[in-house]
Amino acid sequence: MDLSLSTRNMSGPGGDRTVVEVGGEIDVYTAPKLREQLVELVNDGSYHLVVDMEGVDFLDSTGLGVLVGGLKRVRAHEGSLRLVCNQERILKIFRITGLTKVFPIHGSVDEAVNATD
Amino acid sequence: MATVELRFSAQPEHVRTARLVAAAVARRAGVDEAVLDEVRLAVGEACSRAVGLHRSHGIDAPVHVVLTEEEKLFSIEVGDEVPGSGGGASAVPGVRASGADDGDDGAEDEMGLAVISGLVDDVEVTSGESGGVIRMSWPTTPATVLP
Repeated sequence: MDLSLSTRNMSGPGGDRTVVEVGGEIDVYTAPKLREQLVELVNDGSYHLVVDMEGVDFLDSTGLGVLVGGLKRVRAHEGSLRLVCNQERILKIFRITGLTKVFPIHGSVDEAVNATD
Repeated sequence: MATVELRFSAQPEHVRTARLVAAAVARRAGVDEAVLDEVRLAVGEACSRAVGLHRSHGIDAPVHVVLTEEEKLFSIEVGDEVPGSGGGASAVPGVRASGADDGDDGAEDEMGLAVISGLVDDVEVTSGESGGVIRMSWPTTPATVLP
């Protein structure tokens, strides 16, 4: 299954948030598309991103690398990158790489959009 | 003898095929359903790494995957043809993950190995003159006898 991407804007107590809904498989082949999307958003001035990974079937280290790259970019503008994920098999990859300490991971898009910490 | 052997040109789009085949053969060999996700991820990481190494070294040879069903064990070997690659990118000066536009993911290669070693209990990374091999194995449960 290929990668699907869609974005929408939502408002939270901390201001506007751009939600990037990702579906399908993020791997060495598809990760560049996600990278392009994140780079484009930051270049267009969206510095507070919520990446919704509920529709993701597969994630590997290439995908992790792209998310870390996205985080680095938004942080350069004092922005934020929050993840939404409840799938154990995806969460496991964040845990074994220690990235649960790097990304705020939320249970729902609403929770991520409303987070202000 | 290998149960299934795959050779694919070092292109990112073929890594998914290798994942699917490995998971299918692992399932048939009796690897626990709960572990199949790990098999899929680990073989994908190993293949992505091999593809990256071949591409960054301009090697046209295919990536080689050997799936073997042994007694009580299912093993996967992913081989590349980059001499001295087994120790990770750090062991090969100048090697970086392919396609890194601005160094965002230069550490991807090592992250791939980190994921593999975090996932798989039995893993061995070797390298030699002819290239590197990542060998991983998982226990299998005896197949149920069909009537």
